[in-house]
Amino acid sequence: MSLSLSILLTIALAPLVGSILAGLFGKVIGRAGAHTATILGVAIACGLSFYVLFQLVWGGAQNFNQDIYTWFEIGRFHASVGFMVDRLTAMMMVVVTFVSLLVHLYTIGYMSDDPGYQRFFSYISLFTFSMLMLVMSNNFMQLFFGWEAVGLVSYLLIGFWYKRPTAIFANLKAFLVNRVGDFGFLLGISAILYFLGTLDYQTAFDHAPELVGKTLQITQNHAWDAATVIGVLLFIGAMGKSAQVPLHVWLPDSMEGPTPISALIHAATMVTAGIFMVARMSPIFELTDAALSFILVIGSTTALFTGLIGIVQNDIKRVIAYSTLSQLGYMTVALGVSAYSGAVFHLMTHAFFKALLFLGAGSVIIGMHHEQDMRYMGGLRKYMPVTWITMWIGSLALAGTPFFSGFYSKDAIIEAVGESHRWGAGYAYFCVLAGVFVTSLYSFRLLYMTFHGKERFTVEHKAHGHGHDAHADHHDDDHGHGKPGVLAHAPHESPWVVTVPLVLLAIPSVLIGFFTVGPMLFGDWFGKAIHVNEVNNVLAEVGHEFHGALGMALHGFTAAPFWLALAGFVVATYVYLFNPSVADKAKNALKPVYELLNHKYWIDELYFAVFAKGGVKLGEGLSKVGDTAIIDGAVVNGSAHLVQRIAGGARRLQSGFLFHYAFAMILGLILLLGGYWLIGQ
Amino acid sequence: MITLSHFIVLGAILFCIAVAGLFINRKNVIVLLMAIELMLLAVNTNFVAFSRFFGDVGGQVFVFFILTVAAAESAIGLAILVLLFRNRSTINVAEIDSMKG
Repeated sequence: MSLSLSILLTIALAPLVGSILAGLFGKVIGRAGAHTATILGVAIACGLSFYVLFQLVWGGAQNFNQDIYTWFEIGRFHASVGFMVDRLTAMMMVVVTFVSLLVHLYTIGYMSDDPGYQRFFSYISLFTFSMLMLVMSNNFMQLFFGWEAVGLVSYLLIGFWYKRPTAIFANLKAFLVNRVGDFGFLLGISAILYFLGTLDYQTAFDHAPELVGKTLQITQNHAWDAATVIGVLLFIGAMGKSAQVPLHVWLPDSMEGPTPISALIHAATMVTAGIFMVARMSPIFELTDAALSFILVIGSTTALFTGLIGIVQNDIKRVIAYSTLSQLGYMTVALGVSAYSGAVFHLMTHAFFKALLFLGAGSVIIGMHHEQDMRYMGGLRKYMPVTWITMWIGSLALAGTPFFSGFYSKDAIIEAVGESHRWGAGYAYFCVLAGVFVTSLYSFRLLYMTFHGKERFTVEHKAHGHGHDAHADHHDDDHGHGKPGVLAHAPHESPWVVTVPLVLLAIPSVLIGFFTVGPMLFGDWFGKAIHVNEVNNVLAEVGHEFHGALGMALHGFTAAPFWLALAGFVVATYVYLFNPSVADKAKNALKPVYELLNHKYWIDELYFAVFAKGGVKLGEGLSKVGDTAIIDGAVVNGSAHLVQRIAGGARRLQSGFLFHYAFAMILGLILLLGGYWLIGQ
Repeated sequence: MITLSHFIVLGAILFCIAVAGLFINRKNVIVLLMAIELMLLAVNTNFVAFSRFFGDVGGQVFVFFILTVAAAESAIGLAILVLLFRNRSTINVAEIDSMKG
C-alpha cells in the first residue's frame, strides 16, 4: 500500500487556498470568513498529516517519492516539483500543521482588535504552505523554494506592524542576515549539482559516496574535500535559518512581530528548518567529519552563550527568544555528533513546549494590556491561572525535568555528546551541561518574575470607565499607557481561544517524550530517512543503556543534568522569589559580566559598525566615485563636454561670410580635381 | 589660326575672373551676382567651343538651357537682393554674416 498523491497535494495546497481566500478576498469574506477559511485549510492539512503519519507507522504504507510536475528543463537538468514523504517528513508535517492549527485558533483571540486581521491569517496560512513545501520536497530546488518562501513570510510577519520603526528595522535585519545564510546554502546546492549532477534527493543520496576523495580547488595550494565544502556550505544556510552563532542576531529582534508568529515561526517551526535540512541530508553530512565538527562547535557555542543572555533580559518574549536560540544550539550539537534523530526528536518536543511558552507569554501580554516588561509584572498567577499552570508545564519541560518531554530529548543529546569522540565534543559536552543550569535559571526566573512574588504594577481605578476598547488602538504601540507598570484595569485571564491552545500544547509537552523516546531515538523508527555511519552512531551507544522511558527518567534523577537543572531552580527560587535584592547585588558585583550579557556580547554593535556602517560607507564611496565621478562625470557629462569642445572649435569655421564659403568650395574643387589628376598620373 | 585651346583658355580666364570677383569683392552683393553670371558664361564659352570643334549641336542646345536658367537665377537673385536691402538696409557683403557660428 502506498500513500495517495491526492492526499499529499491536499495537505500542501489546503493552507494555500485558505491563504489566498483570506488575503485576496479578505474584505469580501470579512473577519469571520478569513479565520474560518484559513483554519479550515490548516485543519484539513493537519488531519491528513496525522493520517499520513498513521499510515506510515501503523498502516504499513510505503514511503512516497515521486515527481509530480516539471517546472522547467535546461539540458539534462530537471527542476521538478515533487514530494518525498517518509517518517521524518510525516513527523515534521504533523508538528508544523498541529502547531500552526493551534496558533491559528489562538490568533482569533490575540489579534481580535487588530485592523490587519485578515492579512495576518493570510500570512500564517501562507507560511504553513511554504513550510509544508519545504519539508515535503523531494529535491533541492523545491527545498530552496520553501526555504525562501518561509523567509519571506517571516519577513512580512516580523514587520506586520509596519508603522513601528523597530519592526521595520527588525524585519530588514532578519532578511539581510538570512541572505548571508542563503548565499552559503545556494552555493552548497550548486556544489551538489556540480559534483553529483542532480538535485533529486534520492539520486543525490545514492550517489553521495562518490563524493569521497573528490576535491575542489577553492584556494591556491590547497584542495578542499568536496563533501566538507558541501557540508559546511549547506550548514551555513542552516545557520542563517536556525539562527546559530554568528548569524543569530536576527532572532531576538524578530520578537517585534505579533506573539503568535513568534510561537509558530520563530520558535516552533521555521527556525527548525535548518535542523530538519541537516537531518535530511545526513547521507552527505556523514561523509565529512570536518563539517560535523564545525557544526558541533557552532551549535555548542550557541547553546551556552545565547542562553546566558536570556538571564539578563527583562522583556518576557526576549527571554523565550534567547531560550529558543539556546535550544536550537542543542539541536545543532546533536547534529554535530551524528545524533540526527536526537536533533529531530528535540525539534519535535521543543516545538510543543516552546510554542506553549510563547503562546503563554502572549496570553500574559494580553492580560497585562500589552506590557511586556517583566519588571512590571509579578503575582499574576491568581489573575490568570490557566496561563500560569501551562507556563509552568512548558518551563518544566524546557528545563528538562524527568518525565517531561524536554527531559528525554535533551538528556539524550547530552549523553550522545558525552559518548562522541568527534573533534570538539569535549567543548560541546561542557557547553551543553552548563547550558542545562542556564536554561533552568532563566526559565524559573521568568516564571517567578511573571507569576509569583509581589505585584509590581499598579491599577489605575479611576480610568476604569474606558474599558476594553481603549487599549485596542494600542496594538501598534506597546507603550500605549502613559507610564510603564500602570495598568488601566486589572489583569485578566485570556479568552478560551487563547487558553485552549495552551492546554492542547501542554499535553504533548508533558507526554510526547515518554511515548516516543524509545522508537524514535533508539529504535529504527526513521528507517532510511536518516543515515548514520556505524562508527558515528553515538545514539546506539547511548541506547545500550536504555531500558524503557520509565527507566530513563528514573535514571535521570541521578545524572548530572538533573542536578544542574535543580541547582538552577534553587538559585532562581532563592534569588527571584525569596530575596530579590540578591539579583541587584549580583548585578552590581558582576558589573562587567552583566554589561557583557546585557549588550549581547556587543555582536549587534559590531555588525552594525562593520557591516551596516561599512555597507553604507561602501555605498557612499561607490555613489561618489563610481556613479557621480565616473558614470555621471566621465561617461555621460564627459561625452557631452567632448562634443561641445569639438563643436566649439568647429564653429569658428563658420564665419558667416559668403566669400569664405565660396573659397572653401573652390578649394575643395581644386583639391578634388588635383586628386584625380594625381591618380591619373 | 584660332584653335580650341584659345577658346578654352578664354573660358578659363573668364572663370578665374569670376572666382576672383567672388573672393576679392567685399562690398557689393550685385558684384557677386555678376561674378556668378560670368562663371556661367565661361562655361557657355566652353560648351560652344567644344560644340563647334566636335561638330556636335548638343553643346549649343545646352547653352540655351544655361542662359535660360541664368536669367531665372539672376531674376531670383535680384529679388533676394531687394528684400535683403529692405530688411538689412545694406548690401555690403562684409556685413551680412548672420550665419556666423
